[in-house]
Amino acid sequence: MTFELAKRNVRLHLFRSILAAIGIIIGVVAITSMGMLGGALERSVSDELMNMGNSIIITPAGPSIGDEKAGIDERDIRQIKLIAGRHPTIAFYNTYDQIKVGENRRYASVYGVDPGELPSITTLVSGRYVSGTEGVMIGQSLARQYDIKEGNFITIGIGSREQRLRVVGILENTGFSGGIQTDNAIVGSERWYESKYGGRGKYDQVVITVEDLDEIDRIKDQIDARLNRREDIVNIMDFRAMISSIQDAIGQISLFVMAIGGISLIVAAVSILNVMLISVNERIKEIGILRSIGTQKSDISKMFLYEATILGIIGSAVGGLMSLIGGGFLILLIMQDIKYLMTFNTVFTIFYGMCIGIVICIAAGVYPAHRAAQMNPIDALSND
Amino acid sequence: MEICIRLEEVRRIYPMEAGDVYALNGVTLDIGVGEFVAIMGSSGSGKTTLLNQIGCLDQPTSGDLFIEGRNTRELSDFELTNLRRDAIGFIFQKFNLIPLLTAFENVEYPLILKTGARDTTGKPADLLKLVGLDGGHIHHTPNQLSGGQQQRVAIARALANNPRILLCDEPTGNLDSKTGQQIMDILTDLNGQGKTIVMVTHSDEIASFADRIITIRDGVIQ
Repeated sequence: MTFELAKRNVRLHLFRSILAAIGIIIGVVAITSMGMLGGALERSVSDELMNMGNSIIITPAGPSIGDEKAGIDERDIRQIKLIAGRHPTIAFYNTYDQIKVGENRRYASVYGVDPGELPSITTLVSGRYVSGTEGVMIGQSLARQYDIKEGNFITIGIGSREQRLRVVGILENTGFSGGIQTDNAIVGSERWYESKYGGRGKYDQVVITVEDLDEIDRIKDQIDARLNRREDIVNIMDFRAMISSIQDAIGQISLFVMAIGGISLIVAAVSILNVMLISVNERIKEIGILRSIGTQKSDISKMFLYEATILGIIGSAVGGLMSLIGGGFLILLIMQDIKYLMTFNTVFTIFYGMCIGIVICIAAGVYPAHRAAQMNPIDALSND
Repeated sequence: MEICIRLEEVRRIYPMEAGDVYALNGVTLDIGVGEFVAIMGSSGSGKTTLLNQIGCLDQPTSGDLFIEGRNTRELSDFELTNLRRDAIGFIFQKFNLIPLLTAFENVEYPLILKTGARDTTGKPADLLKLVGLDGGHIHHTPNQLSGGQQQRVAIARALANNPRILLCDEPTGNLDSKTGQQIMDILTDLNGQGKTIVMVTHSDEIASFADRIITIRDGVIQ
């Protein structure tokens, strides 16, 4: 019956209850939308990083000295491929050079890759793959920046080393991956690269794409034991620790923005506290009656806590539903993509936000409930 | 005569800035089982304070109060609340019904306090019928009932847990004389059934329904 009394009091003061619930709705929407955005960002970055999470990158340990280029030679690559076994392994050349498109100049990564390997690590947007020493391909971002289409020409190199080349294909953006970063790069064949930059047989990087993450350490250890037996010939690295750090950082940012949203929830809690105190003050006489006919203090407390809980549940439920709209809007606004809206993370965030809303409402009701329970029955009865 | 309520040198002192106020000053009183006692006195004489003491709504500053042989000083707040629920029924001048509940629910509420569950026996309706209220009225909220009907509901509520003691504070004070007469008839009947009734009143006519009239002045029984 105490719950019934609480319910009826909410209904009796419907307008006031709605106003208090609106505070909670805004608070829950704020905290949940922010949380959903953080979750979607985390998910999106995780997906981006997945490409490199399973990569082992092997680079030469020593620096290039004079004309003597440091690199991983064919013999070492054969050993690496032997250790990698079934896991796809690719070796390529890589440098940094100036490019010129019309009057525009900038620096970009230049890759030299075996044309036979290219279809397995890249996707064409338009045009075709390179073959022999003819032409290059460019990344989609770079193509967009200078409005380059297949068939256009670009110039690579400085001064006497300048070389004018036809763009034969545009490569789809891959985001940030552990191996080749083609989005803003020039990709040519090995033979073209060797003819332009020299260093034949001295590869700048070998990337192993490991299909089973548990095997990363074994492969790394074996390569290290085989190639770096006498002296360090290669550096071997993977990105698991870095990915974990990035995910942690995004998690902390999410928490921070949720805390900002939480401020509105605290404001809502103050409004609930205020409404509950008004409710207690309006019902002093009723409290006196209830106490005089044998209602325990704990039941009086419960009556007001139920009232706060009802406001919390209604406010949080409506807030949770509205968060779908608010969070969806935020995700669309910032990420321009709605695909991360209905994930386990975002649904969990809504549930979590609703729970926080309810708990804060109950917490806001504790003091008024305690005050009501401690009232002297005679003083309460004499209140008109 | 078996004693139902006993007060021994009960004092209730309210500390004020201007000095202590003795609302009750050494009241010693025995009320027997089944007795109908009227307490009279002018405003501020201490009669309502005395009723509140007997109703365990307040504790004496000094002295002892025994309800059915139990010294209230030795009872916890929890036990005193249960004593109010089970042994004492209150009837107030201003009816003091719970505005959010219907007449039926107001009577049902003390039963729920005792049993922890909604009533399935129909007792609230029976009690309301006993005091002359039935039909659609029992599902009306207090503000939809007349003063006389509200006081009937209050009496039915007071009887819900079949208490041995009924405490009435000016039970006819807000009613016209005809309705007041009907309420007094109900109380007389209840007293006839063995209820101990302690009633505060200003009216000699209402007091005449009682077996014994106690007059109080300045916190002292005359």
